Amino acid sequence: MLNIENLQAKVGDKAILKGLNLSVKAGEVHAIMGPNGAGKSTLGHVLAGREGYEVTGGSATLDGKNILELECEVRAREGLFLAFQYPVEIPGVSNMEFLKASVDAVRAQRDLPALDAINFMKKAREACKAVDLDQQFLKRGVNEGFSGGEKKRNELMQMMLLEPRLAILDETDSGLDIDALQVVANGVNALRSPDRAFIVVTHYQRLLDYIVPDYVHVLADGKIVKSGDKSLALELEEKGYGWLEGGAA
Amino acid sequence: MTAEAKHPAIVQGLALAANSPIHADEQTRARDAWAQCQWPTRKTEAWKYTPVKALADGNFLSRPSADPELDNINMLYAIDQLNSVDLVFVDGQFQAQLSTDLSALPSGLNITALADAPSAVLAQYFNRAAGEHATLFGDLNTAALEQGFVVEVAKNADITQPVHIVNIATQTDACAVNARVLWLQHTGSRASLVEHFASSASATVFTNSITELFVGENAQCQHYRLHLEGEQNQHIGGVYSQLQKNARLNSFYVAMGANLQRVDVVTQFEGEGAEAVNNGVYLPRNKQITDFHTCIEHKVPHCTSNEIFRGIIGDSARAVFNGRIHIHKDAQKTLAELSNKNLLTSEKAEVNTKPELEIYADDVRCAHGATIAKIDPLAMYYLCSRGISKEEAQVLLSFGFINELIEQLENAAIAAFLRPIIATRFAKNPELTQHILTPTEAS
Repeated sequence: MLNIENLQAKVGDKAILKGLNLSVKAGEVHAIMGPNGAGKSTLGHVLAGREGYEVTGGSATLDGKNILELECEVRAREGLFLAFQYPVEIPGVSNMEFLKASVDAVRAQRDLPALDAINFMKKAREACKAVDLDQQFLKRGVNEGFSGGEKKRNELMQMMLLEPRLAILDETDSGLDIDALQVVANGVNALRSPDRAFIVVTHYQRLLDYIVPDYVHVLADGKIVKSGDKSLALELEEKGYGWLEGGAA
Repeated sequence: MTAEAKHPAIVQGLALAANSPIHADEQTRARDAWAQCQWPTRKTEAWKYTPVKALADGNFLSRPSADPELDNINMLYAIDQLNSVDLVFVDGQFQAQLSTDLSALPSGLNITALADAPSAVLAQYFNRAAGEHATLFGDLNTAALEQGFVVEVAKNADITQPVHIVNIATQTDACAVNARVLWLQHTGSRASLVEHFASSASATVFTNSITELFVGENAQCQHYRLHLEGEQNQHIGGVYSQLQKNARLNSFYVAMGANLQRVDVVTQFEGEGAEAVNNGVYLPRNKQITDFHTCIEHKVPHCTSNEIFRGIIGDSARAVFNGRIHIHKDAQKTLAELSNKNLLTSEKAEVNTKPELEIYADDVRCAHGATIAKIDPLAMYYLCSRGISKEEAQVLLSFGFINELIEQLENAAIAAFLRPIIATRFAKNPELTQHILTPTEAS
């Protein structure tokens, strides 16, 4: 589904990704771990198409399509979803308006008719419930005044409504208590399906107790330096990253 | 120096004065002041960024020449669900047949033409709030005024119907219209005023409007002022208010009309414990120039003022915002806040913003800030990363920036009226506003 080959990218003048390879098949969950500054968030933004994140080499295809050539919004419509580490507050635009605009755009791409207001509301309420977010949040400004956990749950709700092919969760677990962590994990697990894949970026092994990954990768200095199964996460928890970075150099 | 040696616009203005509804002395004083005034130039600080040359060159200072066409004119100003007392003026002329029957108003509300108002009322209030604070156009208004109304709210009256004062411009031959409102709220009363300026498509009118608000002790006034004329018109206006002890004034301004618009807002605290909110939005585009000059006169202790103005400036438009807070020597324990935020959506758009604090008391809390920015690229990215097109994202973000203030409006009918007007301002086609204008509210 997703094929990344020798991906290189810079932000400003600084090279961050330095030849990253990753292959994700439909139905799989890949966890990416690694030290601060390794390029984990950059990978998410490069794939999502953030301005200022310049690809200097390599390729990334989603279902065979070169996504790096596409505008950010087109990538989203093609089924790529990035749950932000720091979701953006947009006062004055209600969460509901935002969600409807988003879902309509993605459905249009899939040749699905726009949902009418009643059906959309129904879906949105269900999604709220699934992520344990009060329905009042639908009326509020996008992420406006939400707590850290509420913002993350709002990201998850968007993911549920948009039904992406590939979801990248960028430290969705950071700053969450155990209860919220379980809500996030349940949300992801509920969406796991044979034709959908996940990339879960996390600092903590803890999340992977709840979202059990098929593969665990270590991203260090802009490259995947080690890959393994879920036991790698436990090993990292125990030993840290030092032994790997040394080995990669 | 004789008037003839003056700027042509001043001479033309003097020729307008006839049929004055106010005391002859008052009119004479204003005439003299107008005759003596200096026409503003780029060196005049208060008009530095707002050239009024067009007013003179366009030969605007003449009276309406044709009777207005009144058929279907209510389409130009109807506000759904407002349930208001209407006072409608077309090209400055009061239209009784379009207005609420003034002899059958809610108890406690009294509306009288200036010409019929008791001379004691006029002597006590007329031009007392504007007076020294008004610009030269205030003198022109007083000198050339032919019609105007006094709205009086009796002691302790609670008037739930808003008073909707509508000024429609229809003349196509560049005439001048003077509008005047004297709003008088007695002790303990509650009322709302909606001042609404609109125009027919081909109108080219210069409107010169002065509104004076007197809010009595413990009285509460909600005030909306909507400038929605077409872009071929000009508007110079002023809102001058005086608040007595524990009075509340809550004003909201919308500036979208006219190619030249200047509004002076002067709020004067006359009694302790009073509170004033002056919020507003301005959305100039094309070559429009919008200028708000606001001034809060904290003359007495324990008063609170809050002011938030936001603007989105597009194309080659220009906005001017001058926000002055003047805290007098005795005005201890004043709380004053002022914020002015601007979004520029084009390289050629311009804004000149200047907060001005003048503080003579030592125990006050006063905060102010002004920002000028472009649309936040991070917010754009967030929306686009959810599949929303850049065009729609820009509309959502522009609208949201303004809607934050619209959401706070107490009058739901006005908020509902303004939402589509504002949303469509940013959108090239209706598809781009469909998500902000289609109700999806959870029931």
